[in-house]
Amino acid sequence: MAKQLLKGNEAIAEAAVRAGVDAYFGYPITPQTELLEYMSKRMPELGRAFVQAESELGAINMVYGAACAGKRAMTSSSSPGVSLMQEGLSYIAAAEVPIVLVDVMRGGPGLGNIAPSQSDYFQMVKSAGHGDFKPIVLAPASVQEAIDMIGLAFDLADKYRTVVTLLLDGTIGQMMEPAELPPMSVKRSGAPGWALTGASGRPKNGIIPFRMQADDLEAFNLQLQQKLALIAHTEVRYHEQSVEDAELIVVGFGTAGRIAQTAVKMARRQGIKAGLFRPITLWPFPERRLSQLADDARGFLVVEMNAGQMVEDVRLAVGGQAPVKFLGRMGGSLPMPDEILSAIVKLDQTTTPAHPVGAIEGPMTPLKHFVSIN
Amino acid sequence: MTLENTIETVVADRPQALSQTSTHYCPGCLHGVAHRLIAEVLDELGIRERTLLVAPVGCSVFAFNYFECDAVVAPHGRAPAVATGLKRVSPDKIVFAYQGDGDLASIGTAEIIHAAVRGENITVIFINNAVYGMTGGQMAPTSLVGMKTTSSPFGRDVKTMGSPLKMSELIAQIDGATFVSRRSLHSPAEIRKAKKAIRRAFEVQINHQGFSLVELLSNCPTNWDMKPLESLRWIETRMVPVFPLGDLKNAVASHGIKGV
Ligand SMILES: Cc1ncc(C[n+]2csc(CCOP(=O)(O)OP(=O)(O)O)c2C)c(N)n1
Repeated sequence: MAKQLLKGNEAIAEAAVRAGVDAYFGYPITPQTELLEYMSKRMPELGRAFVQAESELGAINMVYGAACAGKRAMTSSSSPGVSLMQEGLSYIAAAEVPIVLVDVMRGGPGLGNIAPSQSDYFQMVKSAGHGDFKPIVLAPASVQEAIDMIGLAFDLADKYRTVVTLLLDGTIGQMMEPAELPPMSVKRSGAPGWALTGASGRPKNGIIPFRMQADDLEAFNLQLQQKLALIAHTEVRYHEQSVEDAELIVVGFGTAGRIAQTAVKMARRQGIKAGLFRPITLWPFPERRLSQLADDARGFLVVEMNAGQMVEDVRLAVGGQAPVKFLGRMGGSLPMPDEILSAIVKLDQTTTPAHPVGAIEGPMTPLKHFVSIN
Repeated sequence: MTLENTIETVVADRPQALSQTSTHYCPGCLHGVAHRLIAEVLDELGIRERTLLVAPVGCSVFAFNYFECDAVVAPHGRAPAVATGLKRVSPDKIVFAYQGDGDLASIGTAEIIHAAVRGENITVIFINNAVYGMTGGQMAPTSLVGMKTTSSPFGRDVKTMGSPLKMSELIAQIDGATFVSRRSLHSPAEIRKAKKAIRRAFEVQINHQGFSLVELLSNCPTNWDMKPLESLRWIETRMVPVFPLGDLKNAVASHGIKGV
């Protein structure tokens, strides 16, 4: 299929349709709304289910219901709406039904604004709801990646009977890029054995997100943790660029990672041996690979569109083997390539052998607008 | 008498849709009666094998143990949304939500109202016992004026706590609601009427006629601190005047076929 000029949100919607989504439920919120609007037309055309829910609470619980029937179900929202979905996400994790959630992040906290942001890393990766569970979190950096990942998201959700999230910022949701859509997939026929299809000729099925007895709940949690451990072992994904000989590693996901890629190229032209590491799965986080890179790297620079969220995981992975600096923009501002370049140059200067690690404790010279946490 | 001439006809039996198990409900609680009525209706209509139950959070969170049909437990108040999701992708199934008054009339008001607004082709059985049973008898939106509960120890004061919320009246005036009825479980005569209403509600769904809801006035001897018989009298004398019985809406009309 040829490349077309596609808007992120709409491309994700069409890609979900082609991945065989049976039901979409959502509530309007910028910068995600085009996805809902697209589905409101496309799903009825195909005789599939679409409901504009009364709220994000309604939407996530409709997704829960449709998923219980063994259907491919999804919703999409943006940061404040995702906050409302957390109870539902936790139930869905406990019920072990597969669903896909697209979070087109905007600025926070509070109503924040409608501009692009990466402020939901903590919300999605660390705390998607009460109790011990983690969704698989995929972070695309382009419209094409978002298209490719939605198919992957449904497959992973089905494979592990878990919540899979596409976490992108408003830039990718709103921008138009040339991209290629996959062909329409053949819709799955029949429902998995656990699904609620009516107790006809078989014992009844129950999807029960609670266990009253301590022993039972602990046993369930252990089994859930085993599943998560398997995912952590099997599903790590990341993108690297010129890390082979890199002394300085720039780490960023989604849009921040994509901009950082330009800055890394600029640094290379200046003779600085910089490389890019872009996690694609934010959970499971590619910690082992980062730890390997830390064996040889002089320093790390984490770039995010927030006050410093993923940087905590990078620090854990690097484990003190090299300094990890942070550069963040918030409120809808994007980190610019030259700003990132300045930070790379600074990191280069402060981590040369003449400046051993111990000598560079304390904040980097604060650059205008940047949050700089050490 | 010999065995041969005594065992002739079965006058009462356990409905197939009711599981062969004892319940966890307190002595005298009417949840069990409501369960039985629903199970009898599922049997009579021959729909057990294609019925999906959405259980709530509340005392009836265990309802899935007591019905011989597929079931899911929804988050507190969200049963109508979960039922919507189920029904929209399985229009050939019969989907019913079973909810308490804390669940339906407090935390879940948006979900129930909008399921009715959309005319979802689902059935909701609404158990109104004027308290939050499972959490130990706190005030519900349906608690009566002056009623003492564990969270209104001086009685429900209209000035600060409002007066009982009449959900069925509210829902009856929504265009999307097809059948709305309030019945009571305090006497055999009322129980028979309740069963008829439940049957009607499921028939509405079977005929693709839209949203149906049956409110059942029920009891909570434990948290009302009453003997079971006393609690039945309390329903009759105190609750019925506030929550009048009858069909609040019966608009079996031209609601389109919902779902995919
Ligand atoms: C989000 C959330 N809030 C509160 C609770 C605690 N809770 C469990 S059951 C219940 C009240 C149930 O009362 P009702 O719906 O009237 O049903 P009953 O137990 O009386 O049958 C509450 C508040 C919960 N489980 N989840």
